[in-house]
Amino acid sequence: MVDMRLPPEELVTGDRSRLALALQSDFAYQFRRAPVAVVSFAVTLVLVLGALFAPLIAPFDPFDPASLNLMNGFSRPMTPNAFTGDSFWLGTDDQGRDVFSTILYGMRISLFVGASAVLFAMVLGITLGLLAGYVGGWTETIIMRVADVQLTFPSILVAMLIFGIAKGITPVEYRDQMAIWVLIIAIGLSDWVQFARVVRGATLVEKNKEYVAAARLIGRSGPAIMVRHILPNVLSPVLVIATISLALAIIAEATLSFLGVGAPATKPSLGTLIRIGQDFMFSGEWWILFFPAATLLALALSVNLLGDWLRDALNPRLR
Amino acid sequence: MKQTHIMTTPILSIRNLTVDIPTRHGVLRPVNGVSYDVAAGEILGVVGESGAGKSMAGNAVIGLLNPPAHIASGEILLNGQRIDTLPRDEMRRLRGKQIGVVFQDPLTSLNPLLRIGDQLTETMLAHLDISPSEARKRAIAALEEVGIPGAAQRVDSYPHEFSGGMRQRVVIALALCAEPSLIIADEPTTALDVSVQAQIIALLKRLCRERGTAVMLITHDMGVIAEAADRVAVMYAGQLAEIGPVREVLAAPIHPYTDGLMGSTPLASRGKDRLHQIPGAMPRLDALPPGCAFHPRCPYTQDDCRADPGPRIEDGAGRAACFHPISRTEVA
Amino acid sequence: MLAYTLQRIFQSAIVLLVVGLVAFSMFRFVGDPVDNMLGQERTIEDVERLRGQLGLDQPFVVQYFRFLEGAVQGNFGVSYRQGRPVAEILLERAPATLELAAVSGFLAIGFGIALGVFTAIRRSGFAANAIMTVSLIGVSLPTFLIGILLIYLFSVELGWLPSFGRGETVKIGNWSTGFLTESGLKALILPAITLGLYQMTLIMRLVRSEMLEVLRQDYIRFARARGLRERAVNFRHALKNTLVPVITVTGLQLGSIIAFAIITETVFQWPGVGLLFINAIQFVDIPVMAAYLMLISVMFVGINLIVDMLYFAIDPRLRADRTGAH
Repeated sequence: MVDMRLPPEELVTGDRSRLALALQSDFAYQFRRAPVAVVSFAVTLVLVLGALFAPLIAPFDPFDPASLNLMNGFSRPMTPNAFTGDSFWLGTDDQGRDVFSTILYGMRISLFVGASAVLFAMVLGITLGLLAGYVGGWTETIIMRVADVQLTFPSILVAMLIFGIAKGITPVEYRDQMAIWVLIIAIGLSDWVQFARVVRGATLVEKNKEYVAAARLIGRSGPAIMVRHILPNVLSPVLVIATISLALAIIAEATLSFLGVGAPATKPSLGTLIRIGQDFMFSGEWWILFFPAATLLALALSVNLLGDWLRDALNPRLR
Repeated sequence: MKQTHIMTTPILSIRNLTVDIPTRHGVLRPVNGVSYDVAAGEILGVVGESGAGKSMAGNAVIGLLNPPAHIASGEILLNGQRIDTLPRDEMRRLRGKQIGVVFQDPLTSLNPLLRIGDQLTETMLAHLDISPSEARKRAIAALEEVGIPGAAQRVDSYPHEFSGGMRQRVVIALALCAEPSLIIADEPTTALDVSVQAQIIALLKRLCRERGTAVMLITHDMGVIAEAADRVAVMYAGQLAEIGPVREVLAAPIHPYTDGLMGSTPLASRGKDRLHQIPGAMPRLDALPPGCAFHPRCPYTQDDCRADPGPRIEDGAGRAACFHPISRTEVA
Repeated sequence: MLAYTLQRIFQSAIVLLVVGLVAFSMFRFVGDPVDNMLGQERTIEDVERLRGQLGLDQPFVVQYFRFLEGAVQGNFGVSYRQGRPVAEILLERAPATLELAAVSGFLAIGFGIALGVFTAIRRSGFAANAIMTVSLIGVSLPTFLIGILLIYLFSVELGWLPSFGRGETVKIGNWSTGFLTESGLKALILPAITLGLYQMTLIMRLVRSEMLEVLRQDYIRFARARGLRERAVNFRHALKNTLVPVITVTGLQLGSIIAFAIITETVFQWPGVGLLFINAIQFVDIPVMAAYLMLISVMFVGINLIVDMLYFAIDPRLRADRTGAH
């Protein structure tokens, strides 16, 4: 049995030189001409950098109980607290945690889960797609049937179900620790089908080309050829699907966490923060809900718009 | 030789028609100062290579140019009345009622989800003041007239239940069902089997003779022209190159382009000469040569052809738009 | 057509069997049912007796078929958390979800098609462009945020509509409906909009792009050339052809509405099966999860089957292809 799995980094860097060339040409030109794309990219970049450097930017560490002062609870944004006189940019929550800091750390978790889930889905989808397209026969039938059945169900439902099952399997004492990883696997597993379909399609086309037969004649292995020639071909659709999937994965993560079946309160993502904030909406502490919600919205919208633009720019056929 | 078109008011008169398409790289002119008439009961064949502007002229007449294409100048008269300036809704009422259209591909011209009877009755009801049951009767009669066997049953069939040739008959029935005085047939036989082409042409010819309908028959097929048309208008790069009675033009073309076209068409009447081809290709609309558009490919080119666009055929006066028409006494 | 229908039913049955296997495996392997049903104080005899009762000592395949047998009869076991038969709980909760889903579905389809047609016909108009831009934001908005936004606006700020629950319901037989009381109807508004909005934007965008494609077709041009009114061209000719591909996606969207009801029900504390499912996940109540999975699969597979059959009703070409002798 030939090993068809690929190390993930090869997928990403496999054709960087060609991508770099594209970046210098039409692609970059189109990008500069599309204000929506530029703005979305800028917003995404700011948010991602904010999440990456959260420990440097955030004025407080929301996970460090020592830095919390319950007296600071429910501080309004930009106004000094009545008891302590401390002032917080975006206010504090009930436990006196700085909302700005929790958002930065929350975004870190949201982005980490989203990106990891998409990477997982991508690796899985590409592998299964290559396998289905190249091996054919029963392997293909089984993989594509599973894909069809899974497509019948909304991915958020699949993710919930996987999360639920995984939660049932993990021992109670590890559940909170494992939650993030379970979340990544659940969202990733619910999202591989798109990748698999595109890659399989490309493989079927490529498989019958003469150079593959020729390369086999001179003794090169089929799978190696597939990987070398198909991955570059599917790079742009995969990139488009990955970007759109990222927006969907971020939303999925937020939704699951909001529903209480995602990131735990000890490691709150944006969704968890919104879940917590919702309770304070009725009592007038709007900022605890508003700022995490606005951040999630900005993140999801800008990544989505970026994906939308990318799809039009890279692959007009997908429109 | 028929002279009817000169004696009576023509059904359709096109005068100096120019169609423009503004693009980023400048204005294209697919139809450039074209004039011709079509009389009642007459079939005018409009012939030319693809991109010569023949279809574009037809679209201009029915007022269905795809934006940004538009009529830049000239006049279109139907029964002596000017129609190119009509408001949208009046133009809509004219289509189908006064001008019937037959498009190239019968497979895509009919709505696949509607019964052909419904498509016929909706057309009649849009234009004629008749009851739905009367429309249905007429629909069956129209199908019989175009030679659909078992019309009374077939009227409730869907388009996919007919063959290509039968569908084109349905399309012709649709074009004629509101009794228009002009039919514009845009490549009506191109998409059909060769064996069916002659039947469709014969049908079109018979129906128009019977009703005295004028026909503008747009095609690139000289065979179709020879078989069906009374007169022929030859278009090249948006301009009218030559116009005249079909026998004269076919037998003794005087524009060098028509001559070349004849030379490259296998016609039984022309004997066993070898086919020759015109060197080069028709210029693209964004790269027209100065002077006469045909001069780079013309064997008779002289200095004036390169410098000046050449004469134009206006009001049917003159037969060929050429400085140096072929003198038939020399050649033949 | 009969052969095709049978083939589709056969495929659906296989999908259901597979889903059943997943549900059964959950039952059997995720957490030990015996552990869950017996407390800490138990004897080995107790365990053995219960294993025998539950049939856990039988071979896997036998157990699977017994599970399926039970499922077909509506027997999904007993909820670990509530200690009541799952079927009973589901039946009690179903009307809330179905009423919510039905109203949302109507909203989504009605407005989705209407706006889709509008934006296609007036595709360069200001209103159409504005709708398209807003819809892109709508697609990016997570459902639960829409719900929260609506609650904030209409419940907290304006105080017009309730923010949670179903209001008063009336019992008709086993069915509890919120359609017959004022508070029931009021309570339905915000959840229905929340649930329908996303599907509406999807349907709208789909109708628009399909309609634009259809408007480019020859038969539309020919219909214009025959002098038909713009209205007849757009609705009689274009819309009907647009609906063929729209039906599939719309059908699947209806399935999603049931699934997305989970989110809406959580936001509005709507006492339906979705909220039940979420609670089941939180408390690892496997029988409820398995039953929900089976139930929703039957629904999805059924919807897919109906969508396939609808194709035949709309497109005469398919009817001919399938009935005609090959």
